[in-house]
Amino acid sequence: MAQAGGSAGVVIVGAGHAGGTAAALLRQYGYAGPVTLIGEEPIAPYQRPPLSKAWLKGETDAEALMLKPEDFYAGAGIDLVLDAPVTAIDRAQRRVGLADGRAFAYDNLVLATGARARALDIPGADLGGVLTLRSAADAQVLKSALGPGKRLAVIGGGYIGLEVAASARALETAAVVIEREPRILARVACEVLSTFFTDYHRARGVAFEVAADVQAFEGKAGCVTDVRLGDGRLIACDAVLVGVGAPPNVELAAAAGLECVGGIVVDEQARTADPTIFAIGDVTHRPLPLYGRMFRLESVANALEQARQAASAIVGRPVPAHEVTWNWSDQYDLKYQFAGLPFEVDAVVVRGEPAGAKFAVFHLKGDLVQAVEAVNAGAEFMAGRQLIAQRRPISPARLADTAVSMKEVAA
Amino acid sequence: MAKIRYIEHNGAEHLIDVKTGLSVMEGAVKNNIPGIDADCGGACACATCHVYVDEAWRGKTGTPSAMEESMLDFAENVEPNSRLSCQIRVTDEIDGLIVTMPESQH
Repeated sequence: MAQAGGSAGVVIVGAGHAGGTAAALLRQYGYAGPVTLIGEEPIAPYQRPPLSKAWLKGETDAEALMLKPEDFYAGAGIDLVLDAPVTAIDRAQRRVGLADGRAFAYDNLVLATGARARALDIPGADLGGVLTLRSAADAQVLKSALGPGKRLAVIGGGYIGLEVAASARALETAAVVIEREPRILARVACEVLSTFFTDYHRARGVAFEVAADVQAFEGKAGCVTDVRLGDGRLIACDAVLVGVGAPPNVELAAAAGLECVGGIVVDEQARTADPTIFAIGDVTHRPLPLYGRMFRLESVANALEQARQAASAIVGRPVPAHEVTWNWSDQYDLKYQFAGLPFEVDAVVVRGEPAGAKFAVFHLKGDLVQAVEAVNAGAEFMAGRQLIAQRRPISPARLADTAVSMKEVAA
Repeated sequence: MAKIRYIEHNGAEHLIDVKTGLSVMEGAVKNNIPGIDADCGGACACATCHVYVDEAWRGKTGTPSAMEESMLDFAENVEPNSRLSCQIRVTDEIDGLIVTMPESQH
């Protein structure tokens, strides 16, 4: 590795939501040393959630996606190094090496390398029009593949797949969602939600193939024309969006000898076993104090929470109280918000009416709420988060009764 | 375009020109005004863009949707003039708007 050219201080590898926020928070918390934010994309930190929603539908622009305005970094004394993949961490020398030969020394290192869209390793995967969605560049390509009369095959009935299907319909693009499990959202939501979303999408023209394997992509002149299912049937399409998960980018950490269990292992301060190295965001395997276990969370809220933890630990500020994990997924005119995780659940309470598109599903362990999934039900979501955090027991009967307000249920 | 006065909990004031069409939240975030976190980026999903709208302006900022009201109902230190700033759209009519931020959004 080349001799380090940049001075020490904090080096952040990964200029996404977690990395960008960590950089800004260091300055906000009064950190006065050098802060270097290194990203492999050629763009300053931006929000990914709109890429599958407002961005595809043409309702927002690149500027609105930025976490901070262009001039923020220079003004805050943050050295923003873009389009610069990092290839190695030298823990003994405390510096990182870049693909272009540069090196940066650190007193503290924050790994925020995120996750990448999983590709399907099947015949035809490299045909034109077989797309994934992670970055702004991906979103640009996907956007140009959508439009009136076009046909999109979505592989994967998770949030990304469903959000893109909803956006496709808004753009008068035909959409088929192909899901390996017997129901969509199998990994992340309960059956009531799977059924609700399937019905809502179907009513808006989305077709579904569940319990369906994808065998290959067929093409003509280098471009995809069909998805071949496991049972031999062909699904005709002009483009394919593969949304089958996002494995964490742990390679840098693993090569440097940091423990990885799926994600990079960290504690409640986002610190790895190396006291000078933190890891934050989608790339981590972290403790969930409320559930007494370790997990990998994939959400903006997690990226922000861990950025707060790392920045606080670095400047010596009390680490903020841990938060209940939460996330959202907007599809069509629906506001879907969820909090907590359904570990050790022994009962489920549905509050409200799915048919009316305003309801919440509470996952209980005894009389404690472990998780809540809310559709167009802000009060249930907000109260649910508080109930989960405070471990406040509730009456399942009152929870199920919409004549009792959430305020009263939570009292 | 509207001139918006953002007042931090500690009294520090910021007078900002915000483009029509942006939200009051975006005006703050784009100008690095402390006190508005906006974790969800404006999706009305987190209630961390909570502001108090100056009494003189309450009528001019529109009525909150049912979703916004539900979210606000459970936010911290909510007052009758509380709003989620990601839900207030900037127009010429709110030129001169004054909002105050709470002590903390978390």
